[in-house]
Amino acid sequence: MASSARIGIGSPLSRVDGIAKVTGAAKYAAEHRPAGMLYGFAVSSGIAKGRITAIDDRAARAVPGVVEIVTHENRPRTAWLDRSHHDQVGPPGSPLRPFYDDKVMFSGQPVALVLAETFEAARHAAALVEISYEAEAHNTDFDKALAEKFLPAKKRNTFHPPKNRGDAEKAFAAAPLKVDAEYRLATEHHNPMEMHASTVEWHGDGSITVHDKTQGPQNVQAYLSSVFGISAKKIRVLNPYVGGGFGSGLRPQYHVYLTVLAATMLERSVRVVLTRQQMFTHVHRPEAVQTVRLGAEMDGRLTAILNSATTSTSRYENHMEDVVIWGMMNYACPNASGDYTIAPMDTSTSGDMRAPGAATGMALFEIAIDEMAEQAKLDPLAFRLLNYSEEDAMNGTPFTSKALREAFAEGAAAFGWDRRKAGPRTMRDGHELVGWGLATGMWDAMFSKTSASAKLSANGDLEVASALSDIGTGTYTVMTQVAADTLGLPPERITARLGDSDLPAAPVEGGSWGAASVGAAVQVACRAIGEKLLKAASSIEGKPLGSAGIDDVTFDGGRIVLKSDPAIAVEFTEAMRAADLQTIEVEETASAGISGMVSQIRKSRNTHCATFAEVKVDEELGVVRVTRIVCAVAAGRIINPKTARSQILGGVVMGIGMALHEETMMDTKLGRFMNHSLAEYHVPANADIDSIEVIFVDEPDPEVTPLGVKGVGEIGIVGTAAAVANAIYHATGKRVRSLPITIDKLQD
Amino acid sequence: MNRFSYARPTDVAEAVREGSPGDVRYLAGGTNLVDLMKENVERPVRVVDINRLPLHDISDLPDGGLRLGALATNADTAWDARVEERYPLLSSAILAGASPQLRNAATNGGNVNQRTRCYYFYDTATPCNKREPGSGCGAIGGVNRIHAILGASAACIATHPSDMAVALAALDATVQVTGPDGDRAIPFADYHRLPGAEAWQDNNLAPGELVTAIDLPDERFTGHYTYLKLRDRLSYAFALVSVAAALKIEDGRIVEARVALGGVAHKPWRVKTAESVLHGETPSHNAFLAAAHAITEGATGHGDNDFKIGLARKAIVRALRQAADGTPQSQTDKRVA
Ligand SMILES: Cc1cc2nc3c(=O)[nH]c(=O)nc-3n(C[C@H](O)[C@H](O)[C@H](O)COP(=O)(O)OP(=O)(O)OC[C@H]3O[C@@H](n4cnc5c(N)ncnc54)[C@H](O)[C@@H]3O)c2cc1C
Ligand code: SF4
Repeated sequence: MASSARIGIGSPLSRVDGIAKVTGAAKYAAEHRPAGMLYGFAVSSGIAKGRITAIDDRAARAVPGVVEIVTHENRPRTAWLDRSHHDQVGPPGSPLRPFYDDKVMFSGQPVALVLAETFEAARHAAALVEISYEAEAHNTDFDKALAEKFLPAKKRNTFHPPKNRGDAEKAFAAAPLKVDAEYRLATEHHNPMEMHASTVEWHGDGSITVHDKTQGPQNVQAYLSSVFGISAKKIRVLNPYVGGGFGSGLRPQYHVYLTVLAATMLERSVRVVLTRQQMFTHVHRPEAVQTVRLGAEMDGRLTAILNSATTSTSRYENHMEDVVIWGMMNYACPNASGDYTIAPMDTSTSGDMRAPGAATGMALFEIAIDEMAEQAKLDPLAFRLLNYSEEDAMNGTPFTSKALREAFAEGAAAFGWDRRKAGPRTMRDGHELVGWGLATGMWDAMFSKTSASAKLSANGDLEVASALSDIGTGTYTVMTQVAADTLGLPPERITARLGDSDLPAAPVEGGSWGAASVGAAVQVACRAIGEKLLKAASSIEGKPLGSAGIDDVTFDGGRIVLKSDPAIAVEFTEAMRAADLQTIEVEETASAGISGMVSQIRKSRNTHCATFAEVKVDEELGVVRVTRIVCAVAAGRIINPKTARSQILGGVVMGIGMALHEETMMDTKLGRFMNHSLAEYHVPANADIDSIEVIFVDEPDPEVTPLGVKGVGEIGIVGTAAAVANAIYHATGKRVRSLPITIDKLQD
Repeated sequence: MNRFSYARPTDVAEAVREGSPGDVRYLAGGTNLVDLMKENVERPVRVVDINRLPLHDISDLPDGGLRLGALATNADTAWDARVEERYPLLSSAILAGASPQLRNAATNGGNVNQRTRCYYFYDTATPCNKREPGSGCGAIGGVNRIHAILGASAACIATHPSDMAVALAALDATVQVTGPDGDRAIPFADYHRLPGAEAWQDNNLAPGELVTAIDLPDERFTGHYTYLKLRDRLSYAFALVSVAAALKIEDGRIVEARVALGGVAHKPWRVKTAESVLHGETPSHNAFLAAAHAITEGATGHGDNDFKIGLARKAIVRALRQAADGTPQSQTDKRVA
């Protein structure tokens, strides 16, 4: 194998799981069909709050094929303690325990599960289950909930409280230039393409296999073990393919609870698939309101940031996000204060959705920044450069790297930003007003302790494995590439395995830490293989590699090659034969290490992006077209420019949806989300997406994570919505402060 | 989905026999009916699959018009050379709707008979007079961004969601039906109805009646027409407001004007007296604006949909401008012409 063809970190390798996915060979959670499986169909509550007073399931039970109907009245025992229902990533509170008692806490809550021999019978019978309720007064009106807003004493452990500096109130009062406005974001639902589903295989020996749609098989395993009192060893959770997550599968969702409950009760295999409508009955991005007050000198230098936000949660759990910290971190400004609260409503608990907190708080803040730039009569880019902070301005710590300046420069050049005319309504194309907008995006560059195994077979094939998930982001491919890079093997000889709770420990897939973390784990595992190979090579007669140590050799094309004389090389297979090894197997863990932990405290680690948007708005009608986006991303080292670009494209598209389309509409009288289908909950269609250019700027950062990788799953969404909103203002002169900017908001 | 019996007749008389008694639904492309059955909104005891009936053709009528078979698909209709050439307004309106995949399955009969997209109608946990007479109207005082501003009642403020029907209304099409009491022809304006107190009744088909064809008169409007659809994204969303406009202009003056609105009422909205405001006028903003006001007279919002009143007026003006200028709205280039 010539080293010129070597595929490794940085290669635009096509997805290794792509063929399986497009041919249908990849099986998803609801595509498994164990023998004797029953179909479960959940009955959802029609009221938002109250008590179930009676359940009449006679008609439902009479449907041929119906086997059982599970409700709170006949459910088997599950764990009694609240804490037994907690999972790795859930917020503080009392998690939903379906069928626990007669209480209804939100509209759409599962209140019964029909099990039948066919899906059709289950669904039909589900419609016949008559549930009587005693309704209680509910509130699902966010504006009313604001009266009850609070900051819980017990914080979510990932929550970063805002750190105030200076005297922001005083500076604001004294500032000659001021912005003081309220911004809003509607509730959004994740709507991954694959519906949440589980198929539980009942093996009859006390063990179960759970095919689940989740972003964390080991999280689900631990949760099920705790809730159902089954030893974790007897529960295997598999999710080798996940049809999108966006955060909806971080926590174990109620479908998996229902499926396992029914399987243990009936001692049979069971499958439960949520309908698209039921996908609107669990996690969602919280509704948000954010008041931003900015003060600046006449020259545009920021003197005060007051950033205050409230997001919605349920009554039973306190979901919190980092909403207000981003602007405080990103801008040099001597006085800044943040205030964050949550407001409880009678809905299901909100949760993390792609760039949780930042997609909301940074986007809304960046609209305020645009307003201040205008007041200061500065170009939005010049304004941001004037107030650029080299260090994390909130924590007072340096960044491991921050190539945002470079992202601005490269993005602006690609976009042609210097041709922007100042002031709204200054550019047009026929009867369309043209607007150019800019926003900064920011997200965490996280690393999570992750283990991986590697196994080299006698024929030279390598398998690497970790219990991470690939939610469509390219984890299989990244693992393959890092292994290829480390051991110099062609990707065809490498198999990556993931999505299996039996595999070496890994966190849930989320937060954009997957590539950096599993990449590091695969690298250490493959290095360990390399060392064992080198040792094995010493058994070869005549010791062709002499006494070479690991630093004296490279791995290339399935051979160990002497650095000092590349003509001298040993095949992996030859080394293994000589040492009489059938396989070489290792398991290693990548953690931040002591130096990493010190660095975590002393330095901030973030990805940044600069997003430029062009919109064309029909002057009379307010029809908006997003004609161009340039997203320049500073995310450290890019393992695979092709899959990374796809992540940014997806984030940008979702950001356009956030700017213009996505909104789950609540009927506050009924306490129910009403547009619960993809016909009426709008995400961008193909026609809504035009040119998107993705730029990765050079940002070498050996410190941020072991591979210098920061992750790109979320950063793409963060700047987009504000860039579009700012472009709409530039085009029309209308400052719309609530997202999405639907056509009604652009009428006079 | 409830249990139902199923028949698949091959001739029309048999279909009408099968379709006559009780709670029966004709199944055409199924793109609307099957969804509603899955949601338990439609609960027919009998489904009569009409796809094998000989109603798939598009044929010339002796008077120069065109007959669109009830089972011709929306795609085949929109791309039929005669429709494209003689009734470009209809072709355009069909292509403004749904997605290519849906249009391949959807039929002309199914399209005009599709039911409202009102959120409450689709959700059996909520009140809806159309779905469950007497249960109330969830949309009044509820989430009603997509609801009617014209011709609504205290019982129902739903809209008819079809794009195709809006063009058919403008073109003065005729719906051919057959039923237990024989054949009849219903002028398009009388086909759909306003909700009044009987919200459950979408149109004037009698129980068991089957649409066999839609006839287009010889009057074609090939020079001055447009279908302008405004929605919540640039494709694949139902109309918030749509306008089918067709003009005849002689010596610089409008001699005939047709304007039908979609997305604003329980039926395609046409006001003939308002159209006549344009007769004899030279195309101008003021003339168009006067017509827009006349057509939308009496429009009332219900909260979320208040914006539709102004938007409808602007859309009418713009559509008339497009029609007058001979620059119809493209359904692929999303820039508003
Ligand atoms: C996601 C989505 C988006 C859509 N977007 C649009 C859009 O933007 N614009 C638009 O106009 N439409 C849109 N549609 C609707 C689509 O056009 C209709 O579903 C379709 O036209 C219905 O035709 P069908 O043949 O599938 O009817 P079916 O579903 O088979 O039938 C619909 C109804 O008509 C009755 N029926 C059918 N044929 C006859 C007949 N010959 N005589 C009497 N009754 C009959 C049926 O009993 C049933 O009640 C959309 C649909 C979906 C699912
Ligand atoms: S508007 Fe009509 S269809 Fe909608 S809830 Fe009211 S009665 Fe039902």
